[in-house]
Amino acid sequence: MRRGYLIPMIAVLGFAFLYAPIASLVVFSFNENRLVTVWSGFSTRWYAALFNDSQIVDAAFLSLQIAAVSASIATVLGTLAGVALARLGRFRGKTALTGMASAPLVMPDVITGLSLLLLFVSMEALIGWPAGRGFTTITIAHSTFCMAYVTVVIRARLSDMDNSLDEAAMDLGATPLRVFFDITLPIISPALVSGWLLAFTLSLDDLVISSFVSGPGASTLPMVIFSKIRLGVSPDVNALATIIIGIVAIGVIAATMIGMRRPQKT
Amino acid sequence: MSAGALSSPPRPWTRLGRWLGRLGINGRTAVILAPTLWLAIFFLIPLLVVFKIALSAFALGQPPYAPMFRWGADDSLSITLQFSNFLFILQDSLYANAYINSLRIAAISTALALLIAYPMAWFIARSDEKYRNLLLMLVILPFWTSFLLRVYAWMGFLGRNGIINNMLLGLGIIDQPITMLQTEGAVFIGIVYTYLPFMVLPLYTTLVKLDQSLIEASADLGARPFMTFLTVILPLSMPGVIAGSMLVFIPAIGEFVIPSLLGGADTLMIGRVLWDEFFANRDWPVASAVAIVMLVILVVPIMLMSRAQNAVVETEK
Repeated sequence: MRRGYLIPMIAVLGFAFLYAPIASLVVFSFNENRLVTVWSGFSTRWYAALFNDSQIVDAAFLSLQIAAVSASIATVLGTLAGVALARLGRFRGKTALTGMASAPLVMPDVITGLSLLLLFVSMEALIGWPAGRGFTTITIAHSTFCMAYVTVVIRARLSDMDNSLDEAAMDLGATPLRVFFDITLPIISPALVSGWLLAFTLSLDDLVISSFVSGPGASTLPMVIFSKIRLGVSPDVNALATIIIGIVAIGVIAATMIGMRRPQKT
Repeated sequence: MSAGALSSPPRPWTRLGRWLGRLGINGRTAVILAPTLWLAIFFLIPLLVVFKIALSAFALGQPPYAPMFRWGADDSLSITLQFSNFLFILQDSLYANAYINSLRIAAISTALALLIAYPMAWFIARSDEKYRNLLLMLVILPFWTSFLLRVYAWMGFLGRNGIINNMLLGLGIIDQPITMLQTEGAVFIGIVYTYLPFMVLPLYTTLVKLDQSLIEASADLGARPFMTFLTVILPLSMPGVIAGSMLVFIPAIGEFVIPSLLGGADTLMIGRVLWDEFFANRDWPVASAVAIVMLVILVVPIMLMSRAQNAVVETEK
């Protein structure tokens, strides 16, 4: 076949397109030069600069805390929504819940951010809560949009899971609550883990929604990075990117290997 | 059997169940109610608040808008609705241009992403089953790293002192750096780059299910490969094409980060206009009206997408 080379070539170029910028971030993070993209020698000075920058370290801790809390809230709520949509048959308001659970996936960040900020401002005026904006408001906002992603993951897992086990437990006299905790939850636990990780990553990554609902003194890591790179490239951001890429790569590879070892279900 | 279950010590959730039961809520209701209430309060009501503030007048102060409901001295309720914000958006060409520009940039980027993603998805779907998961993981992996940092990587590539200019200068191909950053082209690259996985995945899902015998039949009947592609493969993969395109097109319209980091001052996109209206001008009512109009524009693509996604899920079954 004469045209047999064209498609693999585009595919290889496509993969190169995906990875070249990431590779360049990593390589130039070890560049000694202050001009990020002009190589002048190997150095780890930007890593040192990074850890001495208290603004970045503080923001990283704040982001990690927000991500952990909102991923957990999103996992609980998303699991409940997934169970309700996949397992509870018909109920009043199902259409509304389906719509509300999937709409945040396609909602532009600027609208989500603006709408939540306006809600928080109105609520504060009406009932005095949340007082001011910062950790709490960012966490609520992140929980809400991450929850939609968790719902998708859990719902997909539940709808290709055999529900005869649930029914068997029910027949043996277990209460629905017990069936959920003893049967359903253990079976969907891998989906819970991937849902939580997805929510954690999305929360850690969000710039736009956080910028809207944050207040003075609460700057997340993406907000600090954005204000740094707005005016141009900055070598310590490369070092930070390399650390994040390293953690993600290790995490994803580990998760894939664990997933591959698990016996495939039909 | 059930006697054994009854004699086991009460688990925490048994107590939780009793406690909820005493409140008159059974487990089923609680499972439905908790996420529904959360989404109603933190997703639906906020959108209504945006709508309300879009109909309020701008006012100096905190919050910077005039109240809509006002109690008069004689206990009369007066409701002030301002449609001026919408009129203002419709009349000022800045907003119209920003909307049209966003649609245009999103459409071109989507087409470019489709051109790159289709061969990739085809390649993965046709490769040996052993390697498919690995190749798919390679497509998804960048998605897990920070979006902001992936856009940032292109600043290093495209800048005046960037990697591409340095390489071309070093090779003697050019003798003046080319301006690539802060152009519309850079915005296309940024959007295609960050949303490529969303295009590849639904395409792959439809292509991997494609019946090989249909392609063979088409070839046996004398169709050239390109004809087979146009008349057999492309129509059968249409749900994947539409789902993938919408997954790129919809977020691209409201994109803020990519145009502000890679685009120039003249790269007008509506997400950026909304941001400036809110943060720079502090005009919350106009920002809200911009958001409402953006939502209205997004309704059609969102409906297209959900139909296509259902079709993709159908082919999986």
